[in-house]
Amino acid sequence: MITTLNILFVGVGGQGVLTASDIAAQVGLDLGLDAKKSEVHGFAQRGGVVDSHVRWAPVVGSPTSEKGTVDVLMAFELLEAARWADWLKPGGMIVVNRQQIVPMSVSLSDAVYPDEGTLLAALGERASRVVVVDALRLAEQAGNTRTVNTIMLAALSTLLETDAEIWENAILRRVPQRYADVNGVAFRLGRAVGLGESLSQ
Amino acid sequence: MKTLLSGNEAIALGAWEAGVQYASAYPGTPSTEILENFARYPGIRAEWASNEKVALDNVVGASFGGARTLAAMKHVGVNVAADSLMSVSYTGVKGALILVSADDPACLSSQNEQDNRQYARSGKFPCFDPADSAEARRFVGIAADVSEQFATPVMLRTTTRLSHSKSAVEARVPEAREFKPLPPYEREGGGSRVIVPEVARRRHPEVEARLEALAAWSATEGFDRGINRIEWGETDVGIVTSGITYQYVRELAGHKSILKLGMSYPLPLDRIREFADKVDTLIVVEELDPFIEEQIRAAGIPVAHGKDVIPLCGELTLANVRQGLYLAGVLPEPPEPPAPLASVSVPRRPPALCPGCPHRAFFYNLRRYKRKAVLAGDIGCYSMGVMPPFEAMDMLISMGASIGMAHGFAQAGGQESAIATIGDSTFFHSGMAPLASAVYNRSKIVVAVLDNRITAMTGQQHNPGTGITLQGEQGREIDIAAVCRAMGVTFVEEVNAWDVNAINKVLRDAMAHADGPAVVVVRGACVFTPHFHLQPKMRVDLTKCVTCGSCFRVGCPAILKSDEIYPASGKQKATIDPLLCTGCTVCMQVCPVGAIGREGE
Repeated sequence: MITTLNILFVGVGGQGVLTASDIAAQVGLDLGLDAKKSEVHGFAQRGGVVDSHVRWAPVVGSPTSEKGTVDVLMAFELLEAARWADWLKPGGMIVVNRQQIVPMSVSLSDAVYPDEGTLLAALGERASRVVVVDALRLAEQAGNTRTVNTIMLAALSTLLETDAEIWENAILRRVPQRYADVNGVAFRLGRAVGLGESLSQ
Repeated sequence: MKTLLSGNEAIALGAWEAGVQYASAYPGTPSTEILENFARYPGIRAEWASNEKVALDNVVGASFGGARTLAAMKHVGVNVAADSLMSVSYTGVKGALILVSADDPACLSSQNEQDNRQYARSGKFPCFDPADSAEARRFVGIAADVSEQFATPVMLRTTTRLSHSKSAVEARVPEAREFKPLPPYEREGGGSRVIVPEVARRRHPEVEARLEALAAWSATEGFDRGINRIEWGETDVGIVTSGITYQYVRELAGHKSILKLGMSYPLPLDRIREFADKVDTLIVVEELDPFIEEQIRAAGIPVAHGKDVIPLCGELTLANVRQGLYLAGVLPEPPEPPAPLASVSVPRRPPALCPGCPHRAFFYNLRRYKRKAVLAGDIGCYSMGVMPPFEAMDMLISMGASIGMAHGFAQAGGQESAIATIGDSTFFHSGMAPLASAVYNRSKIVVAVLDNRITAMTGQQHNPGTGITLQGEQGREIDIAAVCRAMGVTFVEEVNAWDVNAINKVLRDAMAHADGPAVVVVRGACVFTPHFHLQPKMRVDLTKCVTCGSCFRVGCPAILKSDEIYPASGKQKATIDPLLCTGCTVCMQVCPVGAIGREGE
């Protein structure tokens, strides 16, 4: 049974990072632990980098973690996984969405978006495990591209010693009733990716 | 059952539980969600005011009438309200008056990181500093009691990390409550509410006496009611701290003795002295200014460490408090944090105007005036006009300052023309007074009002330009162009925000206008409002693209480099991400070779 956990959610403004971290913090409470989370609002949100810390513990102090102490890095965008990789603790795990959102600095200058192979190799050097999720494609498969959140959280749930049902319930409490079914499908697709990865490694 | 609430949500709940009946605010990160949440509770009135001073004046009047009240604003908003704030301290209040100041250390969404505890000292009223959401909720009620007991305005001060972090509080489903009209206005004892010089001179010593009484309250009831507390641990080190910083101190040095001050002004100095006497070494850990530290030192209490080890600038974090406590000899040397990835270079991702943003075509045109004119900017999403590819902003200091700066530059004999750029909400906030001044003094400046039909940066709040109130009622909409004409502006033109050529023409005409200021109202709804409609998406015909780069200069996140190279230039042709494109057509309008068109055409 988990008693302490630091998760760092990162992505690009508009990807639903804050909703996902809300749900992960709620799961901490549902597990009987204390939980806190941090958010980013305003200027940085406009297409910029968004980060949100989630911490579980018997008693949580700071709502943000320290660099080098994050157990799981939840990256909703591939480049952001690389940007935040130094927050991971040695032996930490990464769940990364393959989606690429090219920053303006690449369109407007000579900056280059590194290719996926290079990025994943670099991430692999830092993490004990990297779960790569094709979340947009799976969300389409589930029937709604807005289920990327659910798929990512489902993949996360497979990495932690927690009951899958707690995660699914926390997700379903947050989505409108009419989207319950599609999120249920998305949850199972995300679980399969997490479990598949763990079997292959 | 526990539920997760942000500091802002918790303040809203606490205000409702404390019987706050009227609240007023101007949106500003990180304070905005306080009123947005408070507005949903039954039996209350909550409003967006046109600026922070108006918000404070609103609650002063309501308080004089006997209502419990709350005003919320970001730290720099308190500057706008400060004129009334300093004097309502003299008049005193009747119903509780709580001013929430949401400070923003690290300037996550602000133009400075001022420490608003200084206002409490300057204005001689108490300041409360909660450390998590549960405290934020509880402190509101205590602050309301203190406000009425001592007839003083009270500041509840938060910082971004409190406002925008969520922690557990006991859940509550609000029960029905009726809105109660105020009793007849009580004039007895109200003489001090007319703060003419004679009254002010009489009130000042009473304010000083009130401050002493508040310090005594902090030393007694402040501890009894759990505002201040001592957590005894090892006594070789005692740490004085307050606000969210307490969380870092407790997590890192919970084994030491901690004096947690939930009230950072006025200080219970005798209790601090007793605490200091019982520990070997006294350390003060606080964010931003050495506010508590200086007062403790001034009282002759020896402080071993404070701002000599704890950063003065920026936000405190576990990491820099750990480093500070290491330098103070409390904690072992911190391990080196991991290095960034060495094998990949990660491009920057600065914020950008959204795809479809109604500000894009304007800044594409404004770019052309970079050398001919001085470009004065203002606070809002359009502050991003300073960034590449536009870089169309030469000065920007505060809400509403663009028009006054442009005017002053012109009147002082500036060689270049001056163009001010201001948003709709900012125009109502503090743009009308400087425009009146410019008309009156007949400066030949151009004012562009970017009217995106919403207060966008803070998350789409309504304002007088939309006419919808915070509680969703139909208020009255104010027409910006009509206001400008009524003020005597002789050139007022409205233009479609997505029409590149029309904006170009109207800017040219405005620049040529000789009789006083010219106003251009650029109208187009923010992509996050229901008034914005998605159009068929744009796509690039790669056989026509000549890699001239024009479309990249509209700075749209949907326009990307494709994998296809144009042989003559060796550059990558453009492509458009269909997931991001809104079909606003600005890129299509600027493409000189007709390579961009609508999908399916």
